[in-house]
Amino acid sequence: MSTITESAGATAPIPLKPRRSLAWLGILPFLLFALLFLILPTMNIVIGAFQNPAGELTFDNIHKLFQPSILASYWISIKISLASAFLGCLIGFAIAAAIVLGGLPNWVRSPIMTFSGVASNFAGVPLAFAFIATLGRLGLVTVLLRDWFGINLYAHGFNILSFWGLTLTYLFFQIPLMILIITPALDGLKREWREAAAILGANGFQYWTMVALPILWPALLGTFALLFANAFGAVATAYALTGSSLSIVPIVLFAQIRGDVLQDPHLGYALAFGMIVVTIIANTIYLWMRARSERWVKS
Amino acid sequence: MAFLEISNLQKDYAGNRVVENFNLAVEQGEFVSFLGPSGCGKTTVLRMVAGFETPSSGMICIDGKDVVDLKPNQRNIGMVFQAYALFPNMTVAQNLAFGLKVAGKPKAEIDATVKEMLALIKLEELGQRYPFQLSGGQQQRVALARALAVKPKLLLLDEPLSALDAKIRVSLREEIRAIQRKLQITTIFVTHDQEEALSMSDRIVVMHKGKADQLGTPFEIYNQPKTRFVASFVGTINVLEGQVLDAQTGRFSLNGAELNLGRSLGNFKAGDSIALALRPEAASLGSTLGKSAQLTGMVQDVNFLGSVIRVRVKIGESSLSLDAFNQPSVAPPKAGDTVIVSFAPEELLLLAN
Amino acid sequence: MSMFRSSRFWSWIVLSLGILYFALPLIGTFEFSLRMKRGEYSFEAYRVILSDPRFQATFMYSVLMALLTIVMGVLLVVPTAYWVRLKLPRWRPVIEFITLLPLIIPAIVIVFGYIRMYNTSSIVPLTGTAFGTDILMVAGYTVLALPYMYRAVDTGLRTLDITTLTEAAESLGAGKITILAKIILPNVLVAILSGAFLTFAIVIGEFVFAALLNRPAFGPFMQLIGANRAYEPAALAVIAFSITWLCMGLMQLVTRLQKHTQVKQFR
Repeated sequence: MSTITESAGATAPIPLKPRRSLAWLGILPFLLFALLFLILPTMNIVIGAFQNPAGELTFDNIHKLFQPSILASYWISIKISLASAFLGCLIGFAIAAAIVLGGLPNWVRSPIMTFSGVASNFAGVPLAFAFIATLGRLGLVTVLLRDWFGINLYAHGFNILSFWGLTLTYLFFQIPLMILIITPALDGLKREWREAAAILGANGFQYWTMVALPILWPALLGTFALLFANAFGAVATAYALTGSSLSIVPIVLFAQIRGDVLQDPHLGYALAFGMIVVTIIANTIYLWMRARSERWVKS
Repeated sequence: MAFLEISNLQKDYAGNRVVENFNLAVEQGEFVSFLGPSGCGKTTVLRMVAGFETPSSGMICIDGKDVVDLKPNQRNIGMVFQAYALFPNMTVAQNLAFGLKVAGKPKAEIDATVKEMLALIKLEELGQRYPFQLSGGQQQRVALARALAVKPKLLLLDEPLSALDAKIRVSLREEIRAIQRKLQITTIFVTHDQEEALSMSDRIVVMHKGKADQLGTPFEIYNQPKTRFVASFVGTINVLEGQVLDAQTGRFSLNGAELNLGRSLGNFKAGDSIALALRPEAASLGSTLGKSAQLTGMVQDVNFLGSVIRVRVKIGESSLSLDAFNQPSVAPPKAGDTVIVSFAPEELLLLAN
Repeated sequence: MSMFRSSRFWSWIVLSLGILYFALPLIGTFEFSLRMKRGEYSFEAYRVILSDPRFQATFMYSVLMALLTIVMGVLLVVPTAYWVRLKLPRWRPVIEFITLLPLIIPAIVIVFGYIRMYNTSSIVPLTGTAFGTDILMVAGYTVLALPYMYRAVDTGLRTLDITTLTEAAESLGAGKITILAKIILPNVLVAILSGAFLTFAIVIGEFVFAALLNRPAFGPFMQLIGANRAYEPAALAVIAFSITWLCMGLMQLVTRLQKHTQVKQFR
């Protein structure tokens, strides 16, 4: 025993220093960036919404949000978001159901998914141009309907530069987004559920109302919320299409930032704050619903 | 007239014949297994009986009525799937009630039946649970009860135990058989596990490449396999190649030794090569009384499995696997030992192809 | 199943109507863009717009912005995603939440925040100079692209066993930066590429940041043309859509390539 310690060279035991992990330094650049260019600017706006020009805390700005003209623009924004989200969900679901469950050949699916991926990102100024070129006064479809079918769209009161024109344009990226998100959910509808329902005596309608739609419900609601938020925050398409003629909230905010049309900077912050609140609520619903639907698919 | 009669059933798919000339008559209350490897067509036949696949030709008669043109929801059949297929948005009780609700039964009747079914599968406390809160075995029992709740005429089970742990599999198959016996319901059970088929069935259909190779009781299938496939798929089998000496009396040569099968060798002629099968438990080490055939060989390897010792012996060109019971007083042979293997020639099985 | 027959008919109807809705605007735009010369189809609108010096200037500006954003994104995301996976798994939900924020907070609010926070009367008067504003542009675009870039890189990292790779490299004497540059980066190159194409598509057509920060980008230029000209906007739309399609197509190609190279690794 003693020979071993002798050959090793006896040394006094060194006290161990508690080691604190400095690993978080590795993500410091990212956190700093997020702070400077995402979190702080947003917080700045949120705080600004609760301040008056003197810098004191006040609910005045929030109160002013409820004046008729501002409420009206929120209301138009909500209407357009609801309309484009609802129609986007309906049509997108129909198309997704057609490609997943509709018995179509396999080669149909991939091009449609690819196109949906492209189209869901195709918003803004070019999209507005595309719809003006198609359904504007001299647009292709307008002209074709007049020359081939004798239907004069504009005489009937249709105008692409309107609420429904914008909704129709929004559908161009809403529908593909719905297709992209709901297709995996439809894939998750196991074939065995359909067969089990059938062997237990259910017809198609009963299967859909008692099994498939209840299972898809969280995904449907969640995607609806996502589409709503998507439309609510969109600026460029509206600006290029309807400009200031349709005063949805983003357009009002845009004008406010550009030229203080509201004559009250802090009202602008409140406006932005109101937007954040709406999109946060909508996205929370989306994430919550997504978690719920995943729970069922796992089993 | 048998309760379920399948005649000349055939299914072609993408130019391949996946089921060919399938015939089966199942009596009321009988438990029949379809046994075979994956791709043999057993699930396809089951799905045709259920109505999920349309036969290319043939008849399926349940209780005297041809059901081929009926949709699955019109056939009054119960089915249990490998992946349980419980509706995830419904509780256990709601799952059980589904078929009754679809049929428009009154609430009182539905509640009573659900209670009865929960008692049948011994899960009375779990009525309000959701499928994702149950174990695999529990889910499958609920699936069984759900199928039986509508009092179907025929019960189909598509590899219901394959997704479960080994221990659950054994206890659940006993439970399934007990329930089936109690309700006296005609049942078809599809499986690739021969132990399941042998232990549960009244009769077994062994299927191979879309055809029914053999139909019989478990005892018959095991001890009198008609084809090489059945012999090798059900249990372990040794196949020995020999040469016919005299087809009439059954004399043949095996590895230099002359043996007598004791019965006619059928259509073989002298000089033909012949394949004979022997179960491992039929061969013994050393000279044994009553086993007149004796061959000498060298031990290749020994597997001590506890109660059974599995020995591989090389006899000439072929290898023979034999099972011997463990005897505490006798040491097992070692690799390289020269041993005598004895068996009764009458126990050799003559195989077609 | 026999229930397929009737549903297949309706599926084709639905699909055809869908294709009609999506194809008509594209066809209409293209057709409109060819109508510049009276009475005949020509590429006059394209010629006019492509030779416009403002087009070239703003397009180049946006391309430059896009490239800078991609570089910034890679420098920010790759080390962070790697580090989180390797050493700080508990931070993962936090980081993921941060990368989802740009999808929740509308872009207009973010740029509003920049203007308020970095204006000429603040500590960091970035909006006072063109260069400073350009910095804000790149930062803003990086924020917009963050969700997609992070998800692409994170997915790419998930398929690598970075713990083992790092340990192996360290046992051979490599430092962290070497590991990042020589081992991690090449293996997630494909994921980075797919994120890069998406970033490019987003930045090229972006409008809100550029308009409110007053920079000569492609988005505001397109809007200006749209307000003043008739046929050139349609040509611009066709060009923009082609670029977007090209980027997404390349992204799909690259993703498929990734699957192939992974299979090869295991052969």
